[in-house]
Amino acid sequence: MAAGSGTQPAKLPSYQNIKIGSAASTGARPGSALNCRRGFSMILRRSCRCDRRRRTIPTKPKPGTLSLFPVREPPVSAKPGTAVRPRPKAGKPQSAEDHHPRQLSLIEPSSPVRPDRAVQLVPAVAEPVETAAVGSVEAPAERAARPARRQTAESLASRQREISVSEFFTKNRHLLGFDNPQKALLTAIKEAVDNSLDACEEAGLLPVLKVNIDQLAEDRFHISVEDNGPGIVKAQIPKIFGKLLYGSKFHTLKQARGQQGIGISAAGMYGLLTTGKSIAVTSRTGSGKPAHYYEIQIDTRKNTPQVITDKAVDWEPAHGTKVEIELVGTYKRGRHSVDDYIRQTAIANPHAEIFYDFPGGEGSIHFPRSSNVLPPAPRAIKPHPYGVELRVLIKMLKETTARRLDLALKRDFSRVSEIVAEKICEAADLRPSSNPHLIAVHEAERLYRAINSVKIMSPPTNCLSPIGEEQILAGLKKVIPASFFTAVSRSPAVYRGNPFLVEVGMAYGGSLPSEDLVDLFRFANRVPLQYQQSACAITKAVLSIDWRSYGLSQSKGALPTGPVVLFVHIASVWVPFTSESKEAIAAYPEIIRELRLALQDCGRRLATHIRAHRRAAEEEKKRSYIERYIPHIGIALREILGLARPAEEELVATLKEVLERSRSREPIE
Amino acid sequence: MPKKTVSGVKPSGSRQKAVLTAIKSSAEEIRRKILARKKPTMKFPVRSLANVRYHPQRGFFEIAGQKKERTLTVNTVKTFAQTLRMIALSKELVETDDIATKREAYYVSKNWQDARFAEQPESDTVMDDVEAFFGMNREQLGFIPEEKGGDVAGKLVVIDHDRDTGREIRIDCTRFGSGAYSIPISVEQLRFETDAAFILVIETAGMFQRLVKHNYWKKADCILISMGGVPTRACRRFIRRLADYKKIPVYVFVDGDPYGITNIYRTLKVGSGNAAHLNEFFCVPQAKFLGITPKDIVDYKLPTHPLKDVDVKRARDALKNDPFIRHHKDWISAIEQLVRMGVRAEQQALAKHGLNYVMDTYLPEKLRHPERFLP
Repeated sequence: MAAGSGTQPAKLPSYQNIKIGSAASTGARPGSALNCRRGFSMILRRSCRCDRRRRTIPTKPKPGTLSLFPVREPPVSAKPGTAVRPRPKAGKPQSAEDHHPRQLSLIEPSSPVRPDRAVQLVPAVAEPVETAAVGSVEAPAERAARPARRQTAESLASRQREISVSEFFTKNRHLLGFDNPQKALLTAIKEAVDNSLDACEEAGLLPVLKVNIDQLAEDRFHISVEDNGPGIVKAQIPKIFGKLLYGSKFHTLKQARGQQGIGISAAGMYGLLTTGKSIAVTSRTGSGKPAHYYEIQIDTRKNTPQVITDKAVDWEPAHGTKVEIELVGTYKRGRHSVDDYIRQTAIANPHAEIFYDFPGGEGSIHFPRSSNVLPPAPRAIKPHPYGVELRVLIKMLKETTARRLDLALKRDFSRVSEIVAEKICEAADLRPSSNPHLIAVHEAERLYRAINSVKIMSPPTNCLSPIGEEQILAGLKKVIPASFFTAVSRSPAVYRGNPFLVEVGMAYGGSLPSEDLVDLFRFANRVPLQYQQSACAITKAVLSIDWRSYGLSQSKGALPTGPVVLFVHIASVWVPFTSESKEAIAAYPEIIRELRLALQDCGRRLATHIRAHRRAAEEEKKRSYIERYIPHIGIALREILGLARPAEEELVATLKEVLERSRSREPIE
Repeated sequence: MPKKTVSGVKPSGSRQKAVLTAIKSSAEEIRRKILARKKPTMKFPVRSLANVRYHPQRGFFEIAGQKKERTLTVNTVKTFAQTLRMIALSKELVETDDIATKREAYYVSKNWQDARFAEQPESDTVMDDVEAFFGMNREQLGFIPEEKGGDVAGKLVVIDHDRDTGREIRIDCTRFGSGAYSIPISVEQLRFETDAAFILVIETAGMFQRLVKHNYWKKADCILISMGGVPTRACRRFIRRLADYKKIPVYVFVDGDPYGITNIYRTLKVGSGNAAHLNEFFCVPQAKFLGITPKDIVDYKLPTHPLKDVDVKRARDALKNDPFIRHHKDWISAIEQLVRMGVRAEQQALAKHGLNYVMDTYLPEKLRHPERFLP
């Protein structure tokens, strides 16, 4: 793994741009390994590269350079020729362990790191920027040239130790969608609801969900999500809810709401962090079996569950799971609200019945089921060769049960026949009979290139479970007060070897506000996406279309304006989110293309509808013109000619008839 | 439709009758069409400068053949209804020998429910249509303008009648002191007595005041008339009748800019493009342009202002489209000279040489050579 190695100075930002000040303000002792570790809180067993960097960075920061972090303490004045050594600030915590995560967040790596990557890469990811940043802090100390204070490799080693994913995410909770109280409440509910829906569907049960939000204090909430799913086996409960990255979905390529097995345990962890209360889980797997009640806390250092309470309880439902979390949050209505999320979930899941009880509401809102048909169960597929990266390929070859390379390719990948496998081997200049376990790295690299040079059929698409045009229409009609509905479900396509498909629904007119921007509902695998709208491929696709040609108004670079709700759904075995909080979809060209085609299709239908509507309105206007103005012609002629009433009425009646007759033939002015 | 009547020449009783006949016969025609299950139509002359001809012999803009036909359809039903109701209002006014100003007519329409006018310009347009439709001026149809006619001072006696007693009133325009006689809206009944040598028509009230204050009419033996911008129909008609009646020349003294020449002077002399169907009566073909000419600007070294874009546009437009200007080479070269110079000079610019320079030097010098006036 060469990623982020500090041995590539060329990749580093120039030293002059690196700012000093953070060490002074946080009171870290310069030159201590503590700094390194804080910079790389997720890094495990690494030789301290920043230590080496220190020696390669001789420059002294120019006085007066701006600080990257606010300097709360005036820098120690430096005499020319002497180095400035930031002094530890009294009363400040001296070790990273003592820091409150919130205080620390200032200097933590803020670039989103996908946890799937994080998991795989835990041994050695180092962000070069961080290295440099720490290095810069160290530089003055180094200039001081006091060998006595230098750390030895051994003393550094004594402080280097493993960091668990739970610890990492405790400090980086924004990566999981817990960056502010309003979002935290939404994310916690969302994770629980997603899990419940997935569980019900996998078990072949029509979901019934009860979502409750109780406001305990100004910023304190108790949430509970109950489903009628299959329940969870007793032994699994602690791990599922008390261990990050534990789950069933990560290792299979299958369309599902959840992917990594982080969400619900992270929600529990957030609750614990902010209120000190455990996550409570009640579950029952069948009417003959007892219900279990657990209170679980996550041990963040070890990423293991701690069971606080474990008891059998009386619980009415025959099967199902109920999750309760107490947390600090903010309940708001409107955009980005839990209300919106539930409403959109109801649209995208017409087969689900949802009861939603929220603060300030009178009883629960009931979203009835508009379809009694479960979506077909998505099937897991083997990875497609085009979607596999080199490192994954190496791992798969190491772990295969096949004895021959060609058989390994055929067995572990989808759409690789004997002939295709042979072609790949030939293109890679490898013998088909060679032992896959003995393939060297450079050979694997040849193989990787060969795969991409051979034409391979697209992956099977029966792994996808679209909502379907009918169901989208049913969902929209249930919730949106519009007068015109249309939906398009595209056939599957492929990006990076992953099958996906795009569905678009559109509601127009009715009592929707016609002066506002179009309301864009984004969904990935039936889950509403509520944040980071502008970063999402869906938004980009919508913006790339000229909606004026479809009868809506649109200012440059903005969403169109009109009484429209746009429903856009992407279903895939692996939705490429831009971050782990699953808020925006990455803009792969294939995805953008499919989105555009579906949107344009809906747009054309909308245009037809709007045109017909305008024609009808025009017709209506003309009819009313006749009704309104013909009598005045009668009045005028009566006044001029001194006609009697019957004669006037005869004139008016005749004239109306004459105009009605020719009305349809006249062009619209 | 009746043949054009020369307004104001016939006694008012028969004039009234002719108007009523015209109105009734056109309404009857519409009614016949409706009962025959056909769409009724109205024909209007096109009212624009593009549809006028200039007759040098007759001396005014005459309407050319173009007519627009308004057929009653769904799209035109509103205007059609409004036009007919306006005609009905006109009939009522004529019958009862009453009048309504344009603004009053607009307010009357407020009783017409759906057919009412939202703004006065709408009703003015319909009124102009009605006028053109019958080929009569709006005063005959009972509608009068709000605008003032103009001011008169000098060697003229206007003979009017007292409305109650019918007795003759003699108005001596020399006896207004520093004030002036105001031209009434309707001038057909007036008669004149004068021995003045010419009529001097002036654009601005300011210059008029100066000449009146110093009794310039006494010195120059003339009648002074102020137009106050583009002359109203009444003002044009007044000058025309006066000039015809006493056979005296009319000299026009306006600002030396495209507006003064192509709008004010042109409208006075040959009429407007918009009311071309009536110009025959509302023009003064014998008018001559005294000044300020582009040549005056040079000869008298007048202080100037640069021509604005709209001025240049107006000048070029006149050179290209105005049949009157295009007919006279003198005017073409004068306007081209003005555009070339790129400047304009106001009447008051003469004040540079002394406040009374205009009376003492400019006007006497110009009046020595009436043959040099522009046509």
